[in-house]
Amino acid sequence: MIGVIDYGMGNLHSVEKALHHLGAPCRRIDQADACGELRALVLPGVGAFDPAIERLRAAGWEVPLRRWHAEGRPLLGICLGLQLLFEGSDEGQAAGLGLLPGRVEALPPEPQEPRPHMGWAPLLPASATPLLDPGAPAPWMYFVHSFAAVPRDGACVTARVGYGATTAVAAVGCGALQAVQFHPEKSGRAGLQLLQRWLDSLP
Amino acid sequence: MVARRIIPCLDMAQGRVVKGVNFVGLRDAGDPVELACRYDADGADEVVFLDIAASHQGRGTLVELVRRTAEVLFIPFTVGGGIASVDAITELLRAGADKVSLNSSAVRDPDLISAGARRFGAQCIVVAIDARRRPGGGWDVFVKGGRENTGLDALAWAREVVQRGAGELLLTSMDGDGTQQGYDLELTAAVAEAVPVPVIASGGAGSLDHIAAVLERTGAAAALLASLLHDGVLTVPQIKADLARRGLPVRPLAGLDDSLR
Repeated sequence: MIGVIDYGMGNLHSVEKALHHLGAPCRRIDQADACGELRALVLPGVGAFDPAIERLRAAGWEVPLRRWHAEGRPLLGICLGLQLLFEGSDEGQAAGLGLLPGRVEALPPEPQEPRPHMGWAPLLPASATPLLDPGAPAPWMYFVHSFAAVPRDGACVTARVGYGATTAVAAVGCGALQAVQFHPEKSGRAGLQLLQRWLDSLP
Repeated sequence: MVARRIIPCLDMAQGRVVKGVNFVGLRDAGDPVELACRYDADGADEVVFLDIAASHQGRGTLVELVRRTAEVLFIPFTVGGGIASVDAITELLRAGADKVSLNSSAVRDPDLISAGARRFGAQCIVVAIDARRRPGGGWDVFVKGGRENTGLDALAWAREVVQRGAGELLLTSMDGDGTQQGYDLELTAAVAEAVPVPVIASGGAGSLDHIAAVLERTGAAAALLASLLHDGVLTVPQIKADLARRGLPVRPLAGLDDSLR
């Protein structure tokens, strides 16, 4: 059973529907103490950084998530769920979970790019990750964000995305902790395949 | 760089697809969910559902349709038509819509834009602007399906809604809508220049050249299409192949494994 963390922020319906579509048993979890037997957790999220981290804390998730991560159990962060893993964000004042060192910064204005950075773009693979098939062409994913993670340890970046003349972090991973800035649950077949690869990678 | 998007628009009434020419002469054209899935399989980048007969009584039908769509469609979709309160926004997003599109209600109550964006994030608040050329230059904003001139200047209104938190604009040229004579390039370029958020161009597409022109020359992030696609005059793969040939970035259908679905 996969647990989709329900803290009142989010795209969890679409994540849940995508996992169901793939035949993976999953359910929404709104109580941190109910996650003991789960195989993996998904941390979704859409919206602003501060309200999200505050709700997550208020719902008592901070300590259990730290423990979950320390025990090396699988966690997939999606969109804002990726950003919450870092120490903080330009978007707000609150401290993030700090499971990954580094901060989330505003995307700089780029003449060729709309902001929010919204639409489809191909991933630029950066390091090995169970989410991507190294033998296949880089898949296109759907992005919607105005902020992007800037990890202190560049080694955790698994994929980037072109952004104007530069690039932004599209996915990070470190062992059982994986997270994506884009929305695999809204990225058509390519997104479903990425979620399937994550499911296949679970112990 | 994000790819230019091709977005089929399904105009609906009572849960069925219709498409009027200049908003009159409606005709039935099928089940919205089936059509949306067909467009997804064809490589459409998003889908927009517009409830053109929006009424309080019809709200339940629309929510049910959104729920049914969200079960089977795994690309983003937007719902618009008669959404006039934060409660209505909440209900549609909860049912599985990715974005809501506000039009007349945003003009009537601009705070609705700010309230929606604060609560759910700018990314899910689209403001639809129906603009018509004003004699002597510029464009006026129309509401109620093009029947009522608000007297608002389209460029000033575009800036205001973005400042209030709209994450995307759906810009329709009322002069072009249904004519298949081409998008209003001047209007689209002026609005895309005025705001940082993505602008979806709508109204007037009649050929591959029209679609390429608006995406190549105006800064529009996406093109909205209805009759051309629904009537089978053009297909999404044809349009994308044409744009790719002209060197515009589009999401390809290739490079994907077909083992799923």
